[in-house]
Amino acid sequence: MSNLKLTIGHLYPDLLNLYGDRGNIITLKKRCEWRGIDIEVKEFHLNDNIDFNSLHIVFLGGGSDREQLLVCNRLKEIKSEINSYVNDNGVVIAICGGYQLLGHYYKLKDETIEGLSVLDIYTEMGDTRLIGNVVIESNCLYPSNDTVKIVGFENHGGRTFINGHQPLGIVKYGYGNNGTDGYEGVIYKNVIGTYLHGPLFPKNPALADFILSKALQRAYPNTFRTLQPLDDSMEIKARDYIVNRFLT
Amino acid sequence: MNYIKKLIAIWAAKSAIVVSKLLGKKGSSGPGSIALKIYPHILKDLASKVKKEILIVCGTNGKTTTNNMLYNLLTANGYNVVCNKVGANMLEGITTAFIHSATLWGNLNADYASIEVDEASAVKIFDHLSPSKILITNLFRDQLDRYGEIDITIKLLSKALEKVPEAKLILNGDDPLTARFGYNTGRKCYYFGVDQDLNISLNETKEGRFCTICGAQLQYHYYHYSQLGNYYCSSCNFKRPSLDFKAFDVRLQDGLLFSVSYDDTTVAFNVNYKGFYNIYNILASMSVAVLVGIDIHGMNHVFSQYKPQIGRMETFQLGKPVIFNLSKNPAGFNQAISTVLQDHRTKDIMVVINDNAQDGRDISWIWDVDFERLVDPTITSYMASGIRKEDVAVRFKYAGIDQQNITVEGNIKSAIIDLVSRSGEVCYILVNYTALFHTQNILKSLEKSGNWKGTDTDLN
Ligand SMILES: [Zn+2]
Repeated sequence: MSNLKLTIGHLYPDLLNLYGDRGNIITLKKRCEWRGIDIEVKEFHLNDNIDFNSLHIVFLGGGSDREQLLVCNRLKEIKSEINSYVNDNGVVIAICGGYQLLGHYYKLKDETIEGLSVLDIYTEMGDTRLIGNVVIESNCLYPSNDTVKIVGFENHGGRTFINGHQPLGIVKYGYGNNGTDGYEGVIYKNVIGTYLHGPLFPKNPALADFILSKALQRAYPNTFRTLQPLDDSMEIKARDYIVNRFLT
Repeated sequence: MNYIKKLIAIWAAKSAIVVSKLLGKKGSSGPGSIALKIYPHILKDLASKVKKEILIVCGTNGKTTTNNMLYNLLTANGYNVVCNKVGANMLEGITTAFIHSATLWGNLNADYASIEVDEASAVKIFDHLSPSKILITNLFRDQLDRYGEIDITIKLLSKALEKVPEAKLILNGDDPLTARFGYNTGRKCYYFGVDQDLNISLNETKEGRFCTICGAQLQYHYYHYSQLGNYYCSSCNFKRPSLDFKAFDVRLQDGLLFSVSYDDTTVAFNVNYKGFYNIYNILASMSVAVLVGIDIHGMNHVFSQYKPQIGRMETFQLGKPVIFNLSKNPAGFNQAISTVLQDHRTKDIMVVINDNAQDGRDISWIWDVDFERLVDPTITSYMASGIRKEDVAVRFKYAGIDQQNITVEGNIKSAIIDLVSRSGEVCYILVNYTALFHTQNILKSLEKSGNWKGTDTDLN
């Protein structure tokens, strides 16, 4: 397993950097390093060319509305590249603002930000922000398919509706996509969109490893089997603290 | 009739102040709230009695320190000053401060009011008082779930400033987010800043990397920290304005040494407290004081007498120095880490993070703090405490700190006793807001009783 290598493309970290997004990148990086997997994080700025063929994981974080608009205008120019990356089972993690951008549109009060239509979802601005800790239950984390609790923090004005998509999980505490249908996030092919930050991966190592496994399977279909387990007791304690605090 | 209401409001609030003092409450907004209910014009009425000027201090970090420094500069020059010293900075707390200074008959003997104002409350507060000068210290990301985003804070402040078009602005010129309030507004503005490349920039999240005028990326001749530095826009003409109050010749070892020039005057400053950010607090308060006519030459004395507020690199003696610091957001925390690393003694570190309402429920910002820099040969162990101790531990782990050296202890008193028993020459305790008073009280009582030696079994 020593010659495995992954490259993460961190898109527009200058603009999409709310809510400790950096922590997700740090977590993916460390969990590779601890296993002897080479990992490189490439940061892309607004005018950089992105060669999606060289990437194994694409990360899109959250930003303010103004920043999101800047990013959106740029993403439209590379819409077909992103879509073919997704159709080729490329791994994408999109959080909060990044999640909204993957849909058809985000309708604000007096303008509509057009999205990438990678996912068949749409977002409309609500009257209030949905803020707080979240606990969801997910059973789509290959390979186990067991029900896993995922925790995070949400802070979004948008209400996202996922049409026929599979949600990342069912809300047990908090609001989720829109505060009404009980769904949180989306999982489609190897794309995960979610409102959960906090950041997401440090306290949800199973999700982080799910992402890494998917990326390694795609990059090394013949040689990669499973990830070497790590001691996650600290991470699980942090997750269980949130689960126990809000679900009892 | 209004006069009667006013007197009743004052008496009720003054009684409430006495009661809350008896209860040991600090920075109370309760009395002001009572008074405003009885007589909604109470603040407007009292504020109109200030003889000279009403001075406002706002901004994300350093406002309480800066406002207290300004208060000291004014009172050292013989003025009577109304001041919300303990940082109760919303409408009710400010009302409490004015009533506290007022006589029982509703008179106010004050030359100046020096008032710290919460950015989000400024719009409301400026309905009650008309400042002649407004100081903005800086704008950083803070308490996300309360303000949504920094853009919202900027919008709220802009709206507030529109209400007081006559007020002059004193702005941190090194901060593009703050300096933009003076850009093309036609308003009289003064700028302060550090006019020297100190080579202390960090690889941290920089809030204001993009020009708020045109959206292009900002370029920097040099950074100080966060987004502060000497910047210019790559596509429009927005850049760091020319500084009216400049600090230079900065030296950070053993206290703060630097010079300040204003017009043709240059004065050397030498104070014994820590933290580069304190240069900004000094510059900010000095700028306002100079502009109201106080002689800059007498100021070093006032600054060197200044006792940093509780929890600002405050030192306790528990067999060895235990240095205690409050930081509320990434910019503040990164500054605290810089200060820790400037101390070359061996040390043990404790980080206490709570997520109560006043802290901001969302603690994801701890991932924007460069805890990676705490992997340092002078730091021997790491203690995680507070309501979110598990998150602190995970943050330590992913910063590259060896799990063996991380201890998780929720009981702050036990954690401190453990910490001081370790091998370092000095301990640092970094806390966020609601952990401040509790941790400080424990440190005080341990210092007084000597029970830090570990003989105390009553751990509360
Ligand atoms: Zn510009």
